Parts: sequence; structure tokens; C-alpha cells
Amino acid sequence: MRRLLSSVLMLVVLALAPAATAADFIPAIVFDMGGKFDKSFNQMAYEGAEAWRKENGITYREFEVTSPVQREQALRQLARRGAAVVVAIGFSQGPAVATVAKEFPAIKFTVIDAIVDAPNVQSVVMREHEGSFLVGMLAAMASKTGRVGFVGGMDIPLIRKFAAGYRQGALYANPKIEVLENMTGTTPEAWNDPTRGAELAKAQFGRGVDVIYAAAGGTGLGVYQAAKDAGKLAIGVDSNQNYVQPGTMLTSMVKRIDKVVAEAFSSARNGTWQPGTRDLGLAADAVGWALDEYNRPLITPAMEAAVQQATGDIVSGRITVSETCGNSACTH
Amino acid sequence: METATQILLLIAAAIRLATPLLLAALAGIYAERSGVIDLSLEGKMLAGAFAGAALASVSGNVWVGALAAMATGILLSLLHGFATVTHRGNQVVAGMAINIAMAGLIPTVAQAIFALGGQTPQLGPAQRFLGLVLPFADGDGLVAQTYARLLSGHNALTWLAFLAVPATGWLLYRTGWGLRLRAVGENPYAVDTAGLPVARLRYQALVVNGALAGLAGAYLSMAANAGFSRDMTAGKGYLAIAALIFGRWAPVPTMLACLLFAFADAVQAQLQTVRILPSQFVGALPYILTVLVLALVGKGGGMPKALGIPYIKERGV
Repeated sequence: MRRLLSSVLMLVVLALAPAATAADFIPAIVFDMGGKFDKSFNQMAYEGAEAWRKENGITYREFEVTSPVQREQALRQLARRGAAVVVAIGFSQGPAVATVAKEFPAIKFTVIDAIVDAPNVQSVVMREHEGSFLVGMLAAMASKTGRVGFVGGMDIPLIRKFAAGYRQGALYANPKIEVLENMTGTTPEAWNDPTRGAELAKAQFGRGVDVIYAAAGGTGLGVYQAAKDAGKLAIGVDSNQNYVQPGTMLTSMVKRIDKVVAEAFSSARNGTWQPGTRDLGLAADAVGWALDEYNRPLITPAMEAAVQQATGDIVSGRITVSETCGNSACTH
Repeated sequence: METATQILLLIAAAIRLATPLLLAALAGIYAERSGVIDLSLEGKMLAGAFAGAALASVSGNVWVGALAAMATGILLSLLHGFATVTHRGNQVVAGMAINIAMAGLIPTVAQAIFALGGQTPQLGPAQRFLGLVLPFADGDGLVAQTYARLLSGHNALTWLAFLAVPATGWLLYRTGWGLRLRAVGENPYAVDTAGLPVARLRYQALVVNGALAGLAGAYLSMAANAGFSRDMTAGKGYLAIAALIFGRWAPVPTMLACLLFAFADAVQAQLQTVRILPSQFVGALPYILTVLVLALVGKGGGMPKALGIPYIKERGV
């Protein structure tokens, strides 16, 4: 009787085990801290993955990292379960991808916002400074006080790139503009502290700023709320955040992470996926600024024309936007 | 005038930043003065922040949200009391357990209810504590500006927090209940010998504690921000405990400690934009100040003598 029972159990177990074969194409994505509903960076990646799923009818595996120690674990787990390609979102996943990619040389990895030099890793970086240049111009043209602000999330070179581009754009549109900069913090918690974001925004408003660009993930939501409460303007980041506070959001610096994610999935599927570094900017339409029904009333035709002119000039190389400003003010 | 305005703005920012710390620290005073260590302020704030924003969003009424935040805080306090007062469990462990449980549970519940990835919907003006602009707050000149910037524009919870300081002082030092509460934290055996119920007094203290800690959370989600987001307390519950120890478990010094921490934080935000010092250094300033201040002033009395010791009737002193 016992033997019968155990063999029946065995059969049940076998029947329930997923019939995973190499023919199944299952892509995977690892979101970073902030979560896939941060209304910003991770959410954009999520939307890209969702759109791809609906289009192709293929589900993907996902993991939301909630503490830094989970990154390697998540990547390893997905690689072990035979993901066709693992897309890792966020600069802070770089070291984890480097480690895990070495352990699984047959698995493809795409990392966004970090550069990992390995034969099975595709690194996608974007020219945030170019997109930030454009919204910097808009901020300077919309400002009545001649002072614009920037609130960054974690103080890292990537966010400095946003700040540098913004400063250059603002100075390009108005050489007399004053740009105030704040960083929320130096730890990953800086991406998720809206209270602090609101306080930094209020401090800048108190010093005469009337447009703030926040590149700070979830912290930015506090900045936008503070801008709305004070009747000032704010600029969103990564995804089109114009809808978050209509009438307050001057525009958003859009980073088309959704496109990158979908491209990574599709290219891995049809065999065109290539390792190496992809550096995508305005020319590739990977960054830009958002104009929709929510911010239409705030953008004058003159502003739109000036930004379009500058877009062309950056693409053609007539304007070069530097990635860093150092401690001296960027001039243009 | 420009400098004066800047200083006024700094102080106003410090008052805003101090509010959640103060509410939480006062909550801690009640619990700890009754002999119960409360490390669970962080978890209670987080739960209060969520309950407040969730109920305000569903009901559309700011006061319903505030009551929900208080009720949630009280519920967690009763849980804390059940573990530590009734069953004489380790108070530190129970407090940390509440923090860890809330950090995981709250986003899960939020996701289950609203499906917004552990956030609540954004709150409209009617569902938030907005700044109250006092009459005549539009004059020029130093006095008028001081009035306009420092007193006007704060929300109801900020007023409540600062009014709770004298109220707590009065309750603790001027009423019979306060005397008994302090006694139960110093020497519960004496209180028991006098025929007063130790456990009931500690539970009463915990109820006040929960209500205040819940409001501290509500301030974050309903006044400083417009909605709950994951981990939004960001360590403020622990900072409140530091303020309460620095303030030696007394209301007014604790308020000053909260204001000091908040002021350091506000200065930090201003210093960064000047771009003289690296942001890493400036960001560490409040914490350096905390360590320095605690090292210099932190020694000495004030700690309730029975703090952290579960009361067991038979053991004797």
C-alpha cells in the first residue's frame, strides 16, 4: 500500500513539474529598488515589458529588488531557471550582472544604465545629458525669477550627468540664469524619500527658484507635490510624468527605457541580440522631452521652436553637451 | 533683509521637519515613562502613515484618515503591550518585531487594496492637512515677516505636535495620573504595593503612545506628502528615539532635541546648493551632530529606572 502511494505521489510530482525545454523562450527582467510602480524609471521598464508581452503573447519572469543584497540572488535565480535573456534595470545592478554573467556564460544579459564588459552582456547607456539639456532650456525660458533648481536622487555620476545637461541647457537659453542643485542623499534610500524631496524643493522655492527638475525616482513625487502646493513648476524624469500633476509639470525628460527593454527581448528572440555597449542619445530618439495635453498650455510656440532647433543642433553635432560640469559653472 | 528671510525660512523648515519627530518622540515619552521601551515607533509610524492615507483616500475626509492612523497606532501599541506587559516578553525584541512586520506587511496590504505597487492613491486637498495661513500674514518688516513665516502656514498636525508638549508636561507632572505613570516606570513594586494596577497603567500609557505615533505617520503621508509610499518613514522613528534619549525623557528638552535635529537637516539642504562642500559631507552633518551631542550631553540620569524590565509581581526588588 505504501509503495503504491509513493509511486502515485511520484507520478503526481512528475505531472506537475513544468515541462521547461530549451524551445521555450522566457525573457526575464529585474527591477531595481524603487519598485516597478515608481511612476518613473522602473515603471517605464515595466511598461515596456508589459507592452512586449501583449504584443508577442509571451510571459516574462520578473523580480523586484527590495534590498541591495537581493540583486545577485535574483539574477542568479532567473539565469538558473533558464531565462533566454535577463534584463537588469539600473546602474546599481552593474556589479551583480558582472558577477552572475561570468557564472552563466550561456545566458544573455542586458544591463541598462551601467557598463559591464563581458562577452554575454549588452550594456545600454543613454545620453541623459542631452535630454536634460532640452528640459533645462525649457526651465530657463519658463522661469520668471531667473532661478531654476535641480533635485537629484542618490549622488552618483549618473545623476550628475542629468544635472550637468540641465545646467548647460538652462545657460544656453538664458546666460544669466542661476541654477541651484540639491542631492537627496548618498544611499539608495535617496530614491524613495518623498518627504525629503518636498523639503528640498521648499528650500529652493524659498531662495527664489520657480522651476525644479527632479531626477530622483520616488523622491521626485514629493518635489512635484511641493511644487503644486507652492504654485511653482516642476519637470519630471525618465517616464512621461506630465500626468502626475497637470498644470504643475512643465514637461518631462523622457528616457525610453521601455523601448530598450522591448528591443532586448525581441532581439534575443530573433537572434539579433549583440553584446557590447550601446550609447543611445537624442539621435536614436532614446531621450527627449514630453509634450502632451497635460503640459500643452505651459509650452509657448517660441519655447517649442527653440527646443526643436536645439534638438537638431545636438543631433547634427553643432551643440555638444558635456557629461560633467565639475564645480565650475558650465557655459554655453 | 535677505539674510533674515533666509534664516526665517530655515527655522520654518526646521519646524516642519521636527513635527513627525516630535509626535513620535512624545509617543515614546509616554511608553518609556511607564517603563516600556518602545523601539516600534518606526513601525507604528509606517502603519499610521498608510492607514491615514488609505482611509483619507477612500472616505475623502482628512479627519477620518487621522482617526484611522491613531487607531492603527493604538492597535499596534496594544499588541506591543500584550507581548511585553501581559506576557512579559522582551520589549526590545517585540518592538523590533513590529518594525520588521510592518515594513513587509504594509506594502503588501497596500498592494492588495489599491494595486498601485504598495502606494496609496494620491490625496487631493480635502484629504490632506494643508498649511493654515493666519490672518494678517502679509505685512512687510521684520516682525510681520517673522509672524508670516514662522507662525503662519503650518498645518493642524504641526500645531497639535507643539501644543502636545505643554499638554504632556502638564499630564506627567501636574496630574495624579501622571504621577502614577512616572511611578510605574521608576518603581512598579511600590505602585503595586500602593494598590494600583501596574499593567493597566502601562496599557493606558501605550494607548496614548499609539495614538501619537500614528499621527506622526499621518503627518508624513497626509501633510508633508500626498499619499503613502513604501518605507516613507526612512528611519524617523529611530531618530525620534535618539531625540527622546537626548531629551532625557522630558517633554521640553525632547522638543528642543527634535528641533535641533530638524534644524541640522534644514541647514544641510541649504548648504548643498551653495556647492562649497561635497554633498556626502553635508549629508552626514545631522548625524555627526547627533553623535557629538549625545556623546557630550548624553550621560546622566533621566532614564526611568524600571525601563525595559517586565513587571513580575513575585520577584521583588
